[in-house]
Amino acid sequence: MSEEISIQVNGRAIMVPAGATVAVAVTMAGDVCRTSVSGEARGVLCGMGICFECRVMINGHTHCRSCQILCAPGMEVVTGKSGAP
Amino acid sequence: MKRSFDVLVIGAGPAGIAAALRAAECQRSVGLVDDNPSPGGQIWRGGVAHPNGGAPWLELLSRSSVTPLYGTRVLDQPAPGLLLAEAGETLVELRYQKLVLATGAREMFLPFPGWTLPNVMGAGGLQALVKSGLPIAGKRVVVAGSGPLLLAVAATLRGYGAEIVGVCEQASWRNLATFATRLGWRKLGQAVRLKRELVGVPFYTDCWPLSAAGHGKVERVLVSHRGSPREWACDYLACGFHLVPNTELAALLGCQLENGFVKTDRCQQTSVADVFCAGEPTGIGGVELALLQGQIAGLCAGGDQSGVVELVAQQRAMRPFAARLAKAFALRPELTALATPETLVCRCEDVTLARLRECNSWREGKLYTRCGMGPCQGRVCGPATQFILGWQPESVRPPVFPARVESLLAAASNAEVNTEPNAAMNAATNPYKNPGERS
Repeated sequence: MSEEISIQVNGRAIMVPAGATVAVAVTMAGDVCRTSVSGEARGVLCGMGICFECRVMINGHTHCRSCQILCAPGMEVVTGKSGAP
Repeated sequence: MKRSFDVLVIGAGPAGIAAALRAAECQRSVGLVDDNPSPGGQIWRGGVAHPNGGAPWLELLSRSSVTPLYGTRVLDQPAPGLLLAEAGETLVELRYQKLVLATGAREMFLPFPGWTLPNVMGAGGLQALVKSGLPIAGKRVVVAGSGPLLLAVAATLRGYGAEIVGVCEQASWRNLATFATRLGWRKLGQAVRLKRELVGVPFYTDCWPLSAAGHGKVERVLVSHRGSPREWACDYLACGFHLVPNTELAALLGCQLENGFVKTDRCQQTSVADVFCAGEPTGIGGVELALLQGQIAGLCAGGDQSGVVELVAQQRAMRPFAARLAKAFALRPELTALATPETLVCRCEDVTLARLRECNSWREGKLYTRCGMGPCQGRVCGPATQFILGWQPESVRPPVFPARVESLLAAASNAEVNTEPNAAMNAATNPYKNPGERS
């Protein structure tokens, strides 16, 4: 149960419990998910795939809802401007 | 990818799981769709022993013949009996004879100064993150807003070691007391258990957040408690103002809504033939009602109504609870004044309240400010503008969630191939004809 996996968030290795969502990893890293159209930093709001505030780039794919995607070993996550439109 | 089922259930929370299991017992092929990676919905979200009876249902589900389709998000119904969905980068065509909508509810968010700061989250939002692994031990959390969810969230977070600074409920003490005295034994038992888990946690009624502030993330919260301001330092503000039903897909399918909820008959059948609806979209009533309605919908969709009468009687008996819930936690008018002119109401397009006040309707707001035109498609700001400005939501258009251009193109080319003979979707109404025009 206490198994941990390592993923990259903005180039840094973050250890998360197995079964954690990418949103958890980004929040644990202390990073924001995206930058809004007027330049505000945004983090997770709804945690259930409704609000789209948590979207980030995962393995090169933009606009991924990090709260609905599980971390996988070696995953590369980029947040901030990369996740914004 | 193409799949075909006798009964297709959308939403794998309590109502959807109950519907899928009962339909499968009727010897029907059943598909269970959810956009989350695992079943359980928000209330039975993973990792811990589930209170409220989740474990037996999830166990039954894992041993059933129900086909799981998780990580799959429904976008559109191009023709009756056919739904289009996306699973990651794959376009999925889902054909059905009977459809059960169990799309659940989302949190109601109200804008106030600072609500867009990182670490200001929904109450259920923070709970979801913690349940899926976010360490919260030793963190200071203010839980605020309205509804029974606040106490459940506070208890969960405390169980994981969070320091709950306070739970702020906007409803009045009088309303809550009236509500509590009319709870049945079973619900009273749940309340007493919650209370025991929350010993020593300050619970404030007539209390709501005025603003949140901090550098880069929330560091302190100003609340109003019985008319007096109080300020607390915190690491997280978990804030939700009860629930709003997810009725977008039902509306897209043409199901009749009544007072914002999907209208159903005693068999949970909607106004559209072969389409059933169960759980929160039909009225915010909690997990027990959702399980009953899900079972009724599953049996009726599966074609075996022998056990339905008893279930219908049970769910009738629970209806008054839903009504009392809505009354007890009705939002007070003072909350319409939380947002200042500079406060962002639409978080997707960063639209301030001042700009919205220049408009007269949801449609005008969309046209002139792009409010509600971003990725959430008004799911967050729609209920907020309805409450603050009295705007009424308008028709839902496909795709009901933002979709990849590749999916839209694939759907459009499929539609051209499929146009004859069942031309329910002709060129004039084809929503994918011009993928550039989405809203």
